[in-house]
Amino acid sequence: MSDRRRRIALLALLGVALAGAPAPSRAQTVDAAPPVAAAADPYAGLTSPHFEAIAAAVGRLGTEGAPQAQAVLRALSAHHLFVAEDGGLYVREGESWTDARTGAPVTSAPAGVRAVRENNRVRGALAQAMAGQALLAGDAAARRDAAARLADHPDPAMLPVVDRALATPHEAGLEAPLRRARAAMLLSPGAPATGEQAQSAAVRVLRDAGGLDARAVLARFAADETAPAEARQAAQSAIVTIDRRIRLWSLAQQVFYGLSLGSVLLLAAMGLAITFGVMGIINMAHGELVMLGAYTTYLTQKTLMAVAPGLAAFSLPLAVPAAFLVCGAAGMLIERGLIRFLYGRPLETLLATWGLSLVLQQAVRSLFGPTNVAVATPGWLAGSFQLGGLTVTLDRFAIMLFAGAVMGAVFLVLRRTALGLQMRAVTQNRRMAALMGIRTARVDALTFGLGSGVAGLAGVAVSQIDNVSPNLGQGYIIDSFLVVVFGGVGNLWGTLAAAMTLGVGGKALEPLVGAVSGKILLLVLVILFIQRHPRGMFPLRGRGVES
Amino acid sequence: MTDPTMRFTRRDFARFSLAASAAMLGGSRTLRAAPPSGEPIRIGVLHSLSGTMAISETTLKDVILMLVELQNRKGGVLGRPLEAVVVDPASNWPLFAEKARQLLAVDKVSAAFGCWTSVSRKAVLPVFEELDGILFYPVQYEGQECSRNVFYMGAAPNQQAIPAVDYLLSEDGGGAKRFALVGTDYVYPRTTNQILQSYLKQKGIGDADVMVNYTPFGQSDWQTIVSQIKAFGSAGRKTAVVSTINGDANVPFYKELAAQGISATDIPVMAFSVGEEELAGMDTKPLVGQLAAWNYFESIDTPANQAFIREWHGFTKNPKRTTNDPMEAHYIGFNLWVQAVTKAGTTDHDKVIETMVGLKQPNLTGGVAEVLPNHHITKPVYIGEIQEDGQFNVVWQTPREIPGQAWSPFVPETRNLIGDWRAPIRCGNYDTVKKACLGTRHV
Repeated sequence: MSDRRRRIALLALLGVALAGAPAPSRAQTVDAAPPVAAAADPYAGLTSPHFEAIAAAVGRLGTEGAPQAQAVLRALSAHHLFVAEDGGLYVREGESWTDARTGAPVTSAPAGVRAVRENNRVRGALAQAMAGQALLAGDAAARRDAAARLADHPDPAMLPVVDRALATPHEAGLEAPLRRARAAMLLSPGAPATGEQAQSAAVRVLRDAGGLDARAVLARFAADETAPAEARQAAQSAIVTIDRRIRLWSLAQQVFYGLSLGSVLLLAAMGLAITFGVMGIINMAHGELVMLGAYTTYLTQKTLMAVAPGLAAFSLPLAVPAAFLVCGAAGMLIERGLIRFLYGRPLETLLATWGLSLVLQQAVRSLFGPTNVAVATPGWLAGSFQLGGLTVTLDRFAIMLFAGAVMGAVFLVLRRTALGLQMRAVTQNRRMAALMGIRTARVDALTFGLGSGVAGLAGVAVSQIDNVSPNLGQGYIIDSFLVVVFGGVGNLWGTLAAAMTLGVGGKALEPLVGAVSGKILLLVLVILFIQRHPRGMFPLRGRGVES
Repeated sequence: MTDPTMRFTRRDFARFSLAASAAMLGGSRTLRAAPPSGEPIRIGVLHSLSGTMAISETTLKDVILMLVELQNRKGGVLGRPLEAVVVDPASNWPLFAEKARQLLAVDKVSAAFGCWTSVSRKAVLPVFEELDGILFYPVQYEGQECSRNVFYMGAAPNQQAIPAVDYLLSEDGGGAKRFALVGTDYVYPRTTNQILQSYLKQKGIGDADVMVNYTPFGQSDWQTIVSQIKAFGSAGRKTAVVSTINGDANVPFYKELAAQGISATDIPVMAFSVGEEELAGMDTKPLVGQLAAWNYFESIDTPANQAFIREWHGFTKNPKRTTNDPMEAHYIGFNLWVQAVTKAGTTDHDKVIETMVGLKQPNLTGGVAEVLPNHHITKPVYIGEIQEDGQFNVVWQTPREIPGQAWSPFVPETRNLIGDWRAPIRCGNYDTVKKACLGTRHV
C-alpha cells in the first residue's frame, strides 16, 4: 500500500516537474491520487509561524508534489513567498503578485503580508526538496549536484525520487552518486525495511565511496541497535576501512595546509628579505606596508564596483599592480624621508620605523575607521575542489601559486637585471659600488621601494583570507622577522625554505598539541636552532659578510 | 503690530531670543526642558581608542557621548549639565588601571562607563573598589564576579550561553548531539566552556561528544581546526559549534568554513562574540544561517529601537552605522544611572549604589531591565540567524527576561554562592549553605 502510494506520489511529482506542468496533466494527477496531506492543503504548513510546520510542508511538497510545488519552492528559496493575513500565499516578482496556490496573477497587492519564515531547518528541507526536483528535471550539471547533495544528506523520504532517476536513462557520471545516495538512504533512520542483504550491499557501496559523509551514515547505522547484527558488523568494519583511507589522505592534507601557511609566510617575509635581508634595515613598519596593500585592494574593488560593476570579478588582478605601485611609492618616500638619515644606526632605525608603524596605523584608522572593511572574494576564488581525498580550497591554492610567481619575479629582478646587479653591488660594498659610478642613493631608494612593493603584494593575498583592519600588519611582522632570521639573512632561498619549514612544522604540531602550545613549541625550536646556527639555515658566506 | 498692547520691551526681546536659541539648540523634541546650569557632573569613558580593541570599543565611546548629549538636551541631571571625560587606555591592561585611577582621583567622575575584555575589567576592579567608584560594564562576560562597585549590564552566562545551547539541543535548532566548543585562549572562553561542559553533561551529552579547542588571539589560519570540526561532525550525529572566538579572528574562521563547504544547515555555528559590528567587515553571503545569541539585535522592530537607531545615525552622521548589543547595554546602564542620581538627589557614590538595586529601565526590545541585588540585570535572550544583508533574523527568544546569575550553578566551587548587596547580607559572594560571606576575595 505504502509502496503504491509512493509510486503515485512520484508520478504526481514528475508531472509537476516536467516542463512547467501544463494545466491538464496537473488536474489529472491531483484527481488521480490526492495524497493524504495534499488533500487538506499541501501549502497550509507554509503559513504557520512555526518552523517545524514550515519545514514539514516543504518536505512534503518535495516528495509528494502539488500543482504549484516547483514554483512555490523556487519562490521560497528566493525569499519571494509571502503570507497574507487571511492565510493566502502569494509570490512577489518585482511589483506584481501571484497567488501561489493557483499561479494566477493578483490585481491588487494582498493586505498584511509577511515573508514566510525561514531558518536553518527550513533551508535544509528546502535544499533537499529542490535537489529532488533538480534530479528529475534539471540539466546534467544540476542533476549531478543534486545527486551529490542527496548522497551527503540522505533522507529516506527521497528514495522514490532516486529510484525513479535510476530507472530512467541517465548519463554515466550520474550512476555512482545515485547509487551512493540510494545506499545512504537505505541505511538512514526511517528507511523502508529492505532486508539484511540489501543493507549489507549498501554498506559495501558506501565503503567503496569513502569520505566523511559516508562515514557519518555508516556510524549512525552501526550505532542503531534495531538494525540486523551482521549488517552492523559490516558497517563497523567499513568504518575502519574508511578511517584508514582518511588517515592517509589527512597526512597529505596536513602537508597542503602547511605549504599554504608557508606561502602566506613567504609572501609576508619576502619584502622583508629584501629590506632587512639585503639592505640590513630593521623595518618595523613592514607589517603596515602589507596593511596598505590590503587597503589598496579594498579601494580598487570599491572603485571598480562604482565605475564598472561588470568588471568587479577582476578587481584582484588589477589590485596586484596597484598595490605594488602604491606600497612601492610609500616605501621610497619612507626611505628618502626617514631611513636614509639613519643608515648605520640600527637602534634608531628600529625606533623610528616602529613610530612610523604607529603613525600609519592611526592614519588608516582615522581615514577608514577602526572597524574591518569588507573585501569580497570573487566567485572564481570561492569554494574548494576535491583531489582524491584532498580538499583543496581555491583561495589558499591561488595564494600558493601567487607566492611562487612573486618569488620567481623577485629572483629574476635580483639576478637578471641591471638594477638587481647594482643592488647587490651596493649592499656588498657601498664605497666600491659608488666608485664604479653607481648612484647608491638612488639604488637604496629603489631597493627599499621594491621590498615595500612586494609587501604590498602580500597585502593583496592576505586580504582574501584575513581581516582588513588597521591592525592587520601587527599579525605579520613577528612572523616575517622570524622567517627571515631563521632562513638566513640575505638569502632568498633561505627565506623560502624557512617559510615552508615553519608552515609545515606549525601545521604538523597543531593537531598534536593544540594551536597555542604548537605556536610556543615552534618558537622554542627556532630559538634553539638559532642558538646553534646564529646565521640561520642558509647563511651567506664570503668576505663581504662581516662588514 | 497694530495692537497697542503688543509692545516688545528690550527685556522681553532678550527673554524671547534666549528661549528661542535654547529651543534651537535643543531641537524640537525637548522644547520644555530648561537648559542645565551650574557645575557639570562628570562621567568617565574608559574605552580603548587605539590598539587591537579599538575596533570594538571606539563605538561604545561614541554611544556614551551621544547619550550625554541627549541627556543635556533634556535638561541634564539634577539641573546640572553632564560632561564626559574620555581617556584612552589603548588596549593595554595595566594602562586601564592607571586611567581608571586618574578618572576617579583626578577627574573625580561620578560614574565610569567602560571596559570590554574581562582582563581589562579585572585590571580596573581593585581601583574602583579602593576608591569606591562606580563602573558600568557593557559586555557579555563569563560571570563568576560580583563587585559592589560594578554594575554588569552585559549578559552573564545564564543569559546567553545556556539559552543558546538549549536552542541547539532543541528540534528547531537542529537537535544537536555533538558539540565543538571553539574559542580564543583567555578567561572568557575558558570559563564559559567550563560552564557549558558541565551543563552539557547534565543534558546527557557524553565527554566523547564534546570537542574543545583553543586558539591564540588573532588566529588567522583555521585550516586544520575547520577540518578537525568537519571530521568531528562525521560521527553520524548532528553536530554544532559553539564559538567564543573573539574579535578579529572570526572573519578568517568563517571564511575557512565557507571555503571548506560547511554550511549552517550542516554544522551550525553559534557565536557569542559576533554582532552586527563584526559582520559589517565581512562578506556575509557564505554565512547565511550561522547563529548568534545576544540580548539585543538591531533588526528587532520596536519603537524604542527605531528611535535609538535614528539618534545614532544622526549623531554619527552615517546612516549605515550599525547598532549592537553592548551599545544597548550602555543605553540601559546610562539611563539607570541617571534614574539613580535623580532619585538619590546626589551623585554621592555610596548613595547612588544603594539606590540602584530595584530600579527599572525599559530596554530597546520592548522589555524591562531591572537591577538585581547582585548588580546584574534582567535581560531577554534572542537567537538570530545571519541574513544576506548582514543583519540578524530572530528565530527564537526567551518568553520573558532572565535574571542574571553572578555565580554559575554549573561550577562546583561556586554552586552555593550568591551576590546580594542589600542589607543585611551586603556581600558579593555569600555562601547560602554555610551562611557566611567569603569576603573580599575574588574567585
